[in-house]
Amino acid sequence: MYSNEELKNISTQVRRDIVRMVTSAKSGHPGGSMSSADFLTAMYFNEMKNDPATWTRDGKGQDMFILSAGHVSPVYYSLLARRGYIPVEELATFRKFGTRLQGHPSVRRGLPGVFQASGSLGQGLSVAAGLALAKKLDGDEERVYVMCGDGESEEGQIWEAGMFAVYHKLDNLIAMTDWNGQQIDGTVASVAGEGDLEAKWKAWDWNVIVADGHDFDSISRAFAEAKANKGTLRPTMILFKSDMGHGVDFMAGTCKWHGKAPSEEQCAEALRQLGETPLGDY
Amino acid sequence: MKKYIDTGKKDTRSGFGAGLLEAGRADERVLAMTADLKGSLKMDAFAAEFPERFIQCGIAEANMVGAAAGLAIAGKIPFIGSFAEFVTGRVYDQIRQEVSYGKTNVKIASSHAGITLGEDGATHQTMEDLALMRALPEMVVINPCDYNQTKNATIAAAKYFGPVYLRFGRPSVPNFTPENEEFEIGKVYVMNEGKDVTVLAAGHLVWEAIQAADSLEAEGISVEVLNVATIKPLDEKAVIASAKKTGAVVVAEEHNMAGGLGEAVAGVLAANVPTPVEFINGGDLFGQTGTPSALMEHYGLDAAHIAGAVKKVLSRK
Repeated sequence: MYSNEELKNISTQVRRDIVRMVTSAKSGHPGGSMSSADFLTAMYFNEMKNDPATWTRDGKGQDMFILSAGHVSPVYYSLLARRGYIPVEELATFRKFGTRLQGHPSVRRGLPGVFQASGSLGQGLSVAAGLALAKKLDGDEERVYVMCGDGESEEGQIWEAGMFAVYHKLDNLIAMTDWNGQQIDGTVASVAGEGDLEAKWKAWDWNVIVADGHDFDSISRAFAEAKANKGTLRPTMILFKSDMGHGVDFMAGTCKWHGKAPSEEQCAEALRQLGETPLGDY
Repeated sequence: MKKYIDTGKKDTRSGFGAGLLEAGRADERVLAMTADLKGSLKMDAFAAEFPERFIQCGIAEANMVGAAAGLAIAGKIPFIGSFAEFVTGRVYDQIRQEVSYGKTNVKIASSHAGITLGEDGATHQTMEDLALMRALPEMVVINPCDYNQTKNATIAAAKYFGPVYLRFGRPSVPNFTPENEEFEIGKVYVMNEGKDVTVLAAGHLVWEAIQAADSLEAEGISVEVLNVATIKPLDEKAVIASAKKTGAVVVAEEHNMAGGLGEAVAGVLAANVPTPVEFINGGDLFGQTGTPSALMEHYGLDAAHIAGAVKKVLSRK
């Protein structure tokens, strides 16, 4: 198990990677990448049973993770690199011609750690439910994790999947929503009136856990509670309250950094604020 | 003219149901999934024999596609079944990302295709599905001609690794191909060799093409009839060879002009062996309520219209 301090170092390095990758590519989605960096770091390093050395796309014998909100690929790729699935140096190719690190995750060139393409929103929860059902059919004890955005949850298919997962008793499914309250056009509340996700998922008969997506103790408790739900025959939704752009003051809490690259000067200032870590930049 | 015997009319969707059951017996990875259309897709026998491998998804097709992709990633071979419109047009983006771009081993079982589902009317009659599925890179598109071939194509689809769109229909149509003939994906089946004109047909219009060829033979016209059971990848060599031999082509399908077999064949011919072509298809239409046979006649998809198209194309030779 990694300590909170170690997790903090990793997620800070992941945020540095995100800022540098998006700045270098001159495009990409830093805001949601930074809001989900802490709980996804905890998931990959402390919670998921996963081994890059024996990874296969069918996920046999391992926990699996699906990124439904595919636009936050920077946090995904950084974590895959820092966890050992792909070389850290490969992060420099993000969004550049010929790369495996496409703007949105792709499986077509074989990217270890990535089970499925994503980008068109609202679909990953269905894929994760299918994976979880397959594990049930095979008597496989491992779990399936999936992350959706709160803006993404405006897609109707999310709620179709929500119904399916309950009907098929997928208590091996741990879904997470990065509840940062922001989407491209403004706050989630102002764009489509999504309302109270906690009440909605409870009404959908899921095990619902609300946690602080930037507090490693809260994150750890949420995952422990989610895992304890196995046997209840209900899937779990962890709603991680978070800040878009978390970690850099001028990027935090605003939709303006949903899908915008920092300038070189802004990148330098962001890196100064984040501080260096023992892991080092790619 | 080679003789074909109709061994009794059967619906092609029942051929799918029989093939699914056989594929399920042969390989325990095969799953059947549907969005509240188990009976319409003839999945009852499979569901009864393999209840744990039948997955009811409810009226939620988008989720069904995604869940199928997940099951396929984990090593299963899911067949997702619904009406042609609801398993293509309704979920085009899901199929594109999860099945096609995502390279998952999902089989799309598309029933009630075309106008011949009949009385339900235009909301349920898709004449555009082949265009949508052909447009997807690497998608295999199969439209078998009768019960036996649909059964055999279903078994072949289960054995093939990769996305497959398998199209069939609701009405009972003549059953005339061999009962247990191994279906070869990508093969154009030569139903009759001829020298004056080639008729390429797909689905149950193959029977109509054979009937047309029979009547034309009596008038001294020798018709080559090709059953294009696999629409993509199209057996271009077979199309080119036949067009070179006869110098005139008719393409018959229960689909609109845009994106269908007709355009696929025309493209191949234009690039390789420019040949006069006449088209038997829906043109640019939405269907309407009616019996299958009344609709076939009204929209000009039957043997009589194929024979007329043959004479027209011969006049252009």
